[in-house]
Amino acid sequence: MTGADANCDNGAHPKCLIIACGALAKEIVYLQRHLGIPKEALTLQCVPAEYHNTPQKITPAVEAILKERRDEFDTVLVGYGDCGTGGALDEVLKKYDAERLRGAHCYEFFAGSALFEEITDAEIGSFFLTDYLVKFFDRLVIQGLGLDRYPHLRDIYFSNYKQVVYLAQVEDAALKERAQSAAHQLGLEFVYKYVGYGDLTEAMRLVNVGAGHSYARSEGHQSPPCDDGIYHVRG
Amino acid sequence: MSDNENIILKDLNDDDLVEQMKDDLYDGMAAEVFEGTQILLDRGWDANLILSDALVEGMRIVGIDFRDGILFVPEVLQCAGAMKGGMGLLRPILAASGEKASTGKYVIGTVKGDIHDIGKNLVGMMLEGAGFEVIDLGINNPLENYLEAIDEHKPDILGMSALLTTTMPYMGVVIEELDKRGILKDLPVMVGGAPLNQEFADAINAHTYGRDAALSAELAKTIMGKNS
Repeated sequence: MTGADANCDNGAHPKCLIIACGALAKEIVYLQRHLGIPKEALTLQCVPAEYHNTPQKITPAVEAILKERRDEFDTVLVGYGDCGTGGALDEVLKKYDAERLRGAHCYEFFAGSALFEEITDAEIGSFFLTDYLVKFFDRLVIQGLGLDRYPHLRDIYFSNYKQVVYLAQVEDAALKERAQSAAHQLGLEFVYKYVGYGDLTEAMRLVNVGAGHSYARSEGHQSPPCDDGIYHVRG
Repeated sequence: MSDNENIILKDLNDDDLVEQMKDDLYDGMAAEVFEGTQILLDRGWDANLILSDALVEGMRIVGIDFRDGILFVPEVLQCAGAMKGGMGLLRPILAASGEKASTGKYVIGTVKGDIHDIGKNLVGMMLEGAGFEVIDLGINNPLENYLEAIDEHKPDILGMSALLTTTMPYMGVVIEELDKRGILKDLPVMVGGAPLNQEFADAINAHTYGRDAALSAELAKTIMGKNS
């Protein structure tokens, strides 16, 4: 685990700990700057993104951090969906009075539930990529699934998939090209959706607003992404 | 598992050959498992015995090491590919001998909204190895598909699989409906999939939770009273 501790108690801002999947680190740091969240208000601690492929490791890793650090902070936001933990993560978060991002996984909170459902209703065989997964496609998908060693397994893993849907956080032609190449590598059609940071923005904004504003109780309305690539939240 | 790359399979006696086949299966060596199966058949071995002693037993060891984090999904799939090769030789012989499906009939399918079938296929293969007649409904099955299959095939056991946290509750929907229709009391339902656990299986009133493919086949045999 890596730590990016930027906390100091000056009494001006409630202190929030974000425990997040490493796949969201860059996005959280960007949003912190963009939303003007003071360094002293936010501490980010990440869990290895590789746990995406072994979700049984996620809950114990998050709980270990909560056990050690929960008392230091006013609020804790967990930068995960359920992410294949089968509800186990939620059980732990309840115990430590912590909240996580809405949805089953990062694809859903980046796209927003409505768009995510629209995509999967139209094509159930959708394999999702985010900026992070595009950047580290070889390590997380090709090596993670053993396709570097056993290329013939591709059709066993992906035979029921029809398309790669790239949910882009930033508009980047080079990344889009790499995502297209990844789709080609998997033998799937390519769909591009620029979605920005989705629900992550709202959750981070509430960190900025401070204690007493529960992300879990917020309505979660989203506006379309603006030119700066950020979803702005109504209200 | 195996260190010696220069073993001549046909030179091994039966016991050593079976041991070597288990090693080869563990190492995902499909051609060698196929060759070993053919050699045993040529020596007059019963197809059922080859299946149980070499292939299923080899895959059982793979299942244990997968559970213990020694093997991972890609390696298990390699092992399964090797087992499939041997089973491809044995299946027509077993079918012709009429000994197929002596254990029972098993309907299996991935639930609605879910297209993941790797685990389900492994379970199906192990069930077949354990002598079940397996009716595979494939992926993304709504309640109606299960009901139709139950009506048509009159299975001894129904198996449902899900990989997603969002789709696993659908297993509960199917079980509830089976209960309402009075089917559940006579039809044991097994559930499995990566995000599941015993607690969830109990909560949805499933008969049995299958943690992995090898164990699922063993549990299915137990349900049928075929396990000593």
